[in-house]
Amino acid sequence: MTDRSAARAPERAPATGSVRRIRMPQKLRNLELGLLIVACVINAGAIVLVQLGALGRIDTQLVLLGAGLSVLVFGLHVAMRFVARDADPFLLPIATVLNGLGIAMIYRIDIAYGDAGWESAAVRQIVWSVIAIVAALATILLIRNHRTLFRYTYLSGLIAIVLLLLPLVPGLGQTRGGARVWIGIGDLVTFQPGEIAKIALAVFFAGYLVRNRDSLSMVGRTFLGMRFPRGRDLGPLLVVWALSMAVIVFQRDLGTALLYFGLFLVMLYVATSRLSWVVLGLSMFFAGAIIASQTLDYVNGRFQNWLNAFDPAVYDAQGGSFQLVQGLFGLANGGLIGTGLGQGRPDLTPVPQSDYIIASLGEELGLAGLFAILALYVLFVARGFRIGFAGQDDFGKLLGVGLSFVVALQVFIVVGGVTRVIPLTGLTTPFLAAGGSSLVANWIIVALLLRLSDTVRNHPRLVIDG
Amino acid sequence: MNRELKRVTIVSLLMFLTLFVASTIIQYAQADNLAADPRNARTLYQSYSVERGPILVGGDPIAFSEPSDDDYKFQRIYANGPLYAPVTGFIPVNGEATGLEGSLNAELSGTSESQFFDSLNRLISGQDPMGASVEVTIDPVAQQAAWDALGDYTGAIIVTQPSSGRIVAMVTKPTYDPNSLAVHNGEEVDQTYRNLVEDPGDPLFNRATGGDMNPPGSVFKLVMTAAALESGQYTPDSTFPNPAEFTLPETSSVVRNSSGGTCGGGSEVTLATALRLSCNIPFAELALELGDDAIRAQAEKFGFNSNFSIPNPTETSTYPANPDAPQTALSGFGQGDVRATPMQMAMVSAAIANGGIVMDPDLVESITAPDFRPIEEFDATQFGRAISESTARTMTEMMVNGVENGAASNARIDGVSVAGKTGTAENGEDDPYTLWFTGFAPADDPQYAITVLVEDGGGLGQEGFGNLIAAPLAKQVLEAVLNK
Repeated sequence: MTDRSAARAPERAPATGSVRRIRMPQKLRNLELGLLIVACVINAGAIVLVQLGALGRIDTQLVLLGAGLSVLVFGLHVAMRFVARDADPFLLPIATVLNGLGIAMIYRIDIAYGDAGWESAAVRQIVWSVIAIVAALATILLIRNHRTLFRYTYLSGLIAIVLLLLPLVPGLGQTRGGARVWIGIGDLVTFQPGEIAKIALAVFFAGYLVRNRDSLSMVGRTFLGMRFPRGRDLGPLLVVWALSMAVIVFQRDLGTALLYFGLFLVMLYVATSRLSWVVLGLSMFFAGAIIASQTLDYVNGRFQNWLNAFDPAVYDAQGGSFQLVQGLFGLANGGLIGTGLGQGRPDLTPVPQSDYIIASLGEELGLAGLFAILALYVLFVARGFRIGFAGQDDFGKLLGVGLSFVVALQVFIVVGGVTRVIPLTGLTTPFLAAGGSSLVANWIIVALLLRLSDTVRNHPRLVIDG
Repeated sequence: MNRELKRVTIVSLLMFLTLFVASTIIQYAQADNLAADPRNARTLYQSYSVERGPILVGGDPIAFSEPSDDDYKFQRIYANGPLYAPVTGFIPVNGEATGLEGSLNAELSGTSESQFFDSLNRLISGQDPMGASVEVTIDPVAQQAAWDALGDYTGAIIVTQPSSGRIVAMVTKPTYDPNSLAVHNGEEVDQTYRNLVEDPGDPLFNRATGGDMNPPGSVFKLVMTAAALESGQYTPDSTFPNPAEFTLPETSSVVRNSSGGTCGGGSEVTLATALRLSCNIPFAELALELGDDAIRAQAEKFGFNSNFSIPNPTETSTYPANPDAPQTALSGFGQGDVRATPMQMAMVSAAIANGGIVMDPDLVESITAPDFRPIEEFDATQFGRAISESTARTMTEMMVNGVENGAASNARIDGVSVAGKTGTAENGEDDPYTLWFTGFAPADDPQYAITVLVEDGGGLGQEGFGNLIAAPLAKQVLEAVLNK
């Protein structure tokens, strides 16, 4: 594809191309600025509505904290005017509004719980947001060209493995909600290294696949109209599959395993054009998942909760479907237009600030609000895929697709779990859910996508053609 | 690569589409089902988050909601709880509401269809939702008088307005305090409720409209007399053989009059004398002559074998479907398988007082929306005509005679003519009697019909009888309501 567009491009490039190249970025950044202002107004409005709905008065303290956060986001915007002038104008405002809505909802539940100060999850979320946005800023300042990452392909792979193994280190790893995916010192500072690992994995997969895709795609036997890979080329797939299964068995985390494996399969497919990889990979994963559901109690429990959520025995069981059903009650209570911020009872659902934040938002903002949030994710993912379509180097394309898809898949796994499309697994809803590691990871994804889109825009012929 | 990318895009869009569909199913298609799930605490809290309308007696609230700081937002308070428990019932946080709280829940919580536009209007104008207020037909003076009169007896007193069916007083004892079941703690409610259920005195029973259904005994002789007169074959002067003992057909069981001897002397006794002295044998004879079909038909015209909601649910008083001859004879004086609530007997007296027309009993005077718009006004409805006007007149005279010169003498009030009939019903062989009085006053211009039920022989076992225990209570209540 790259060749085809490249061949056509010179003929179609307009004579005024150079003029447009100078004017466009200004327009993009101004659009971004406008959207950012809208995003911050929505966020401030959400927090004020929460206070009016749940407290019946306005508390300026949190509004000020939120305003501080907005300043930081505008700082990121200003930095981009210098170092990423051509970057996509939608990504930053979308991330901002999702992050802000998350804080508003977390704050709303703090009020219901009576938490304040450092007890308040919202305050902690704001602090984590600051760290995450600073991390994004650092990423965009440090990585001036995404191809730098290509050089660190194998280092990224190593980092990913180390990050994944960290929670298993005695004394460092912590188990929560049954899943051993946390590291921390006491309860003070905890982190889910797996969230960062997904970025390292995307970089590693992109670099590795660009290097090896010829051998992975060209040879093999044809069977049932599909060309299947040779046995010795199965190596990488088997390794990633084994890694996912290890996550299921040792870290007891179904969602993360599904996320990593899905990410790898999609990137493998895009890189090699071989549907057989997907067929093979999905069969292996589902075979593994089915075996796990038969042999591992917690996986079996997740399936029971999913299939027989309303069965009284399952509902009342330890670790049963109680919280899933409470989430459904919350969503149903929201109906089409929601109860209004601060007016519902999301606090009746367990973990309403993290795993069930989407049920909390669905209750108070209704189906309409949920649709709007999902639409924001669709837009975010679509902007990411656009990089894939328009990018001119395969590494950049693959990385862009991988990072966007990982967000899409994560939203699907967690929201699908809450809405009973698939068994519920403990993943965070990107940008919304309370949790520092998730925020940092997703803001770094924003930074990388911004950097990638900036590179793409630097070559307008592809934008026009794309 | 772009072809693959397109497919991945489509797959991603499909994933999101699934989420759109799934959330629509939950929040729209299944929302009502999920809300109706008994495990859904939100639904319960929501029914509390509305300021429930008050229940009023003479303009004063006997049940009302006060703001509270917990999950339920409002605390239900029952002023004078035990006195009005059979009227209000209670609304627990973890179960079904009883009494008017249950039967008028939709109106009190503002969710009835007639309040739809009102709630919509409040939603739009930003006012908090509020339920309608319910004014009941109870007269506080009559209610208090009935409560005081019943004292520590196990039983019930019900007073109605014969012309309309309004329930003016409804007291049952022993009773309970609905406040103890309105606390916002499910476990505490459960414990209190269990204790009340296990209490041998059955305080949760509303003995005025249900509870342990009692045989009406001699008060059923009113229904018998009505059946006889309505048949056209009998007058008050019709005579019956007057033995001191009567052997039930097909058995060796012997029936006696309560006096132990004949009914007033002589070899024959008139219907009027038999009713005035409340003799059993003539009515057993009458029952056999009339047959169970005729008695049942008359009883059903008074309301037996029909169910009434006032709008609280009530127990159905029964006349048996296919009694054999001895059972039919026993039914002639309200024994056998005949069962009646005080409300049913009040309907019999009220019909006689009301020229023969039975009115449907009702507790609700009016329902008013929070904006003072009337939703429902009292509307007297007829159950039907039980007896002709002339029969009603004749029976009134006979009942007045029963109080002035007969077995109901303790209901006499100076200066007021009272029509009445006592009853002393047998339960098991050695069980204490059930004591009754039913009647109305003033006989020439009936204002109130009253029925008194005292269970457990009024504490006197088989020594107590209707005129000794029940009639004076009726007198006390009638004096209070007529003198006010």
